[in-house]
Amino acid sequence: MKFAPFEYAAPSTLEDAVRLLGKENAKALAGGQSLLPTMAFRLATPALLVDLARIPGLDRIELDAAGATLGARVRWRDIETDGRLARAQPLLAAAIAHVAHYQIRNRGTVGGSLAHADPAAEMPGVAVVCDALVQVIGPNGRRDIEAGKFFTGALSTALAQDELIVGVRLPAWPATRRWGFEEFARRRGDFAMAGALVFYDDADGKATNAHVGVIGACTRPHRVAQAEAALNGRPIDDSTIQAAARAAERAIDPPSDLHASAEYRRSLFGTLLERALARARKLS
Amino acid sequence: MKVEFQLNGKPVSAEVPARTTLADCLRHHLQNTGTHVGCEHGVCGACTVIVDGAAVRSCLMLAVQADGARVTTVEGLAKGDELSELQKAFRRHHALQCGFCTPGMLTTAHALLTEEPGADKERIREVLSGNLCRCTGYVPIVEAVYEARSAYGKAK
Repeated sequence: MKFAPFEYAAPSTLEDAVRLLGKENAKALAGGQSLLPTMAFRLATPALLVDLARIPGLDRIELDAAGATLGARVRWRDIETDGRLARAQPLLAAAIAHVAHYQIRNRGTVGGSLAHADPAAEMPGVAVVCDALVQVIGPNGRRDIEAGKFFTGALSTALAQDELIVGVRLPAWPATRRWGFEEFARRRGDFAMAGALVFYDDADGKATNAHVGVIGACTRPHRVAQAEAALNGRPIDDSTIQAAARAAERAIDPPSDLHASAEYRRSLFGTLLERALARARKLS
Repeated sequence: MKVEFQLNGKPVSAEVPARTTLADCLRHHLQNTGTHVGCEHGVCGACTVIVDGAAVRSCLMLAVQADGARVTTVEGLAKGDELSELQKAFRRHHALQCGFCTPGMLTTAHALLTEEPGADKERIREVLSGNLCRCTGYVPIVEAVYEARSAYGKAK
């Protein structure tokens, strides 16, 4: 249906944006690909939309030796067409390829996805698994929030009402790192019923620094310590992969809903992790 | 709020409430009813228009967000009464029945082929997965878009 009426402002500085967000029931608007559908269902009826379009610098992708910083207004399309990221942050590039449909990808933003915190969204999953920092600004200045502590539940984050995401910082990615990403949705571009993200470094034929994450299956993206423990210090062979996948299935706590039962999601996540690990192992 | 943008190459302006979507601005304020509104929450793709070269859902964009942009709608594809090659291909392949989804299919395909005239069938299917059609079963649409590629390749 039509959006409920709201006031609209398009400030040109972060400071003005933060000041406006301090008003009653204000919401930040970037690409609008999550916020506007929510408003169309009247699940959200903000009194004021603060459009970030005129704030300079938020659309930058910056790469340096310490990692990659994606501005809040970087769109999926920008990530997809930035040739540097495929090598500098391959897990990000692979995951982002699964975000929504063509038209949405042309408008949807990194900051919007992080702030919306859909349990099935790819960007929050990448942020959590890669130990990213979510960079925010508020009335008291800037702060960084660890991605692992940022997502507190379905559509819920550690962001205060008058805080704004300015970007996300992904640590540098060693060229030899092994990784895999798999998700399953009934139709390409739809919300995944489960997704598995994994990477590990190789130390003399054994996995070290394993990171395993889940999206879609649970109410928020999170790492799966039990699966990581099943990988660390072991060669990634069939039996290790099986052990990690079974540990992952036991560890997660998915809800049942219209789309899938908890048992199904659990099993699906295990299978996706197996596939992601099989892919990681084959990388050279 | 006043909004001004280029619509199919011509400057237009409208006075709209902030909550007006680009789709409603086009249809109600600018009387360009070629753009269709289906689900009104970003699922069906019928309202797809091209903003600054990128296919977007005009129901998920506020009119005020289009201020200063170049907007192309289905009305901008034909030259007067002469259909574009893409539109002719749709006719040849019976790529529409009721026609409700067609403006979105055409604008999406136009944006795709302008950017990627070499798109293969797999890519075409992937891109059109964001557009729902309840009549055709999609096969003739994919065929039409695939056939229209040559017109875009030459134009490049």
